[in-house]
Amino acid sequence: MFSSVDDVSARLAESGYLASPAVATTVFLADRLGKPLLVEGPAGVGKTELAKAVARVAEARLVRLQCYEGVDESRALYEWNHAKQLLRISAGRDETWDEARTDIFSEEFLLPRPLLTAIRGDEPTVLLIDETDKADVEVEGLLLEVLSDFQVTVPELGTITATRRPFVVLTSNASRELSEALRRRCLFLHIGFPEEELERRIVRLKVPGIEAALAESVVRVIGALRAMDLRKAPSVAETIDWARTLLALGATTLDENVVRDSLGVILKHQDDILKAGAKLDLDAV
Amino acid sequence: MSAEVADRLVGFVAALRAHGLRVGTGETVDAAEAAAALGFSDRGLLREGLAATLLHSTDQRRVFDTVFDLYFPRGVGAPWGDPGDRDDLRDRLAAALAAGDETMLARLAIEAVDGLGGYGSSPGADGWSSYQTLERLRPQTLLARVRDDLRARGGDVGFTDRLLEDEIRRRIEVFRALVAGEARRRVAERRGRDEIARRAVAPTADRVDFLYAGKDRLAELRRTVQPLARKLATRMAARRRRASRGAIDLRRTLRGSLSTGGVPMRPVLRRRRPARPELVLLCDVSGSVSGFSDFTMLLVQALHDQFSKVRVFAFVNRIDEVTGLLRHGAADPEGLGARIRAEANLTGYHGSSDYGVALGEFTQRYGAAAGPRSTVFVLGDARTNMSDPNLAALRQIVAQARHVHWLNPEPRSLWGTGDSAAREYAESVAMHECRNAHQLGALVGRLLPV
Repeated sequence: MFSSVDDVSARLAESGYLASPAVATTVFLADRLGKPLLVEGPAGVGKTELAKAVARVAEARLVRLQCYEGVDESRALYEWNHAKQLLRISAGRDETWDEARTDIFSEEFLLPRPLLTAIRGDEPTVLLIDETDKADVEVEGLLLEVLSDFQVTVPELGTITATRRPFVVLTSNASRELSEALRRRCLFLHIGFPEEELERRIVRLKVPGIEAALAESVVRVIGALRAMDLRKAPSVAETIDWARTLLALGATTLDENVVRDSLGVILKHQDDILKAGAKLDLDAV
Repeated sequence: MSAEVADRLVGFVAALRAHGLRVGTGETVDAAEAAAALGFSDRGLLREGLAATLLHSTDQRRVFDTVFDLYFPRGVGAPWGDPGDRDDLRDRLAAALAAGDETMLARLAIEAVDGLGGYGSSPGADGWSSYQTLERLRPQTLLARVRDDLRARGGDVGFTDRLLEDEIRRRIEVFRALVAGEARRRVAERRGRDEIARRAVAPTADRVDFLYAGKDRLAELRRTVQPLARKLATRMAARRRRASRGAIDLRRTLRGSLSTGGVPMRPVLRRRRPARPELVLLCDVSGSVSGFSDFTMLLVQALHDQFSKVRVFAFVNRIDEVTGLLRHGAADPEGLGARIRAEANLTGYHGSSDYGVALGEFTQRYGAAAGPRSTVFVLGDARTNMSDPNLAALRQIVAQARHVHWLNPEPRSLWGTGDSAAREYAESVAMHECRNAHQLGALVGRLLPV
């Protein structure tokens, strides 16, 4: 898919995703070694966005499995279409038992869910397993077969192996410890907060019309907030939101009033806002 | 892949393993493939590639980076010849700090260690010291100069100006870390990589010894409380689920079998009482062990929804209940220790810890806290300053409570030495060595009642 790490960066950038060297390298390796990619990091740094960008670049279909507590085999892998099976049985009243029996567990009655869909397709596919940590431990067991051999076993049909390996991205906020077995099958990538320079470029890309000086100030303030050890440090999504807010407010430079009024866009806890206000020397809120 | 590169990679993996990172052969092979795909021309790419294949979690990264710098060094020796004198270095450092130029900082770190860090002349007693380098270069004193320099250029007026000092301070920290890494690399050249990799790499946060952790390592450790608590909570929930599936209730199974003529068709499982256990912590918060106690208190607090009731008592030589302080302090783990020491009544006539008095006072004032449903954890090194250990009080707690465990942050070999009453206490209570967060996590997961 990619010829070099630089190629990855360049093409991701074209599709609107500015990747750090670590991200580009890992995407390149995931493609080259044919291994799934496990992406961890705080919320809002672009984990899901990365999968989407790769799909755009590779002109691939994006198949997404959103995990949640209680997601199970029938949501993740496949289901039998019971209604259709019943219809089939009642429609074929006159046929012999043998004919009826062989039919209802065939492909026609199979409802593929994301994992099976991604495995079966012939076109290039990016499989995004989002928020893996939200799913129960049992689902990880399910993923192991898919991720190591790119195959799915349906008892009635046999094993379905991928003809074309999907590019797999798993994301996690680390709200639960993923199993060692799952981690071993994946390349690991931690996306943290970007370097200042990269973040400036991201802001200017995502918020066209912002002036360079303002973008720089925004990124510097965000950097200072991140160093403050808050309950929820602002991430890239918040930086962009803030930049948009400032633009909408018509601010051209940062000053105390503007920052104080818009601090709620970046910080989501009252005690964080107080702490930041004190540290940044804003007048008492 | 040449044999030499393969050897280097295997040595690298072995060094990682020696620091507690679990790296399997499969990952090593992946790493080799990654190295082959990326080539060796770009060190940054190689680093990211190896990290992606060898690591499994974020907290391993710090160890990885240090070991990587030793095994895949930037260069050999000092590549730029004569480094110039101290003032010249300081000038260029100030310029690099002002510009925030990390490449230049890295280069200056190399020059600084080469020019200022060398000590000794006889083989075996010589080396490079980051401490000495930083002591001579004093980068922290450049702060004012860099700040004034930047202000004079007029780049910063207005709001962001007030961020300037903190930013420069952070850059100086980066430079100090670079110097430390460079000194390690130079020493490794002299003494052999493997030995330095074994000795001079700071462990991951969860393996830092509670008793010797510095302030910043403790802060780092505190940040691992929440993830650790989450991990333990999942583990405990799983254990609880399994336990509730567990045993067969024979009486009710037989009773049910009457309708099938005495054939137990349907086994009835024993119902679990829904009551969650109660937890009581007795924490020594005197100087030496306070890091350990603070951390454990925070951990227990983060786990509090796993218990029906948590009560925490802190003592030095008087004991006082601090449960209330712990609960509404959720947002501020750092101030916890200070708050406890300020607001609770922990010391009597002197300031050193006295386990005997504290335990005795506990049985008198709060004896009811340790009941048949509660599990008691005593946290402390059992160093009781030669005073009476009051074993009777501990025995009374053991008799009242369901379980009692003692977690001791000292290595087992030191128990009973000097003024430690650990051996005596260990006769009446299960005492466990608990020196770092890793051990604590394992112990808590194992010892806490389901």
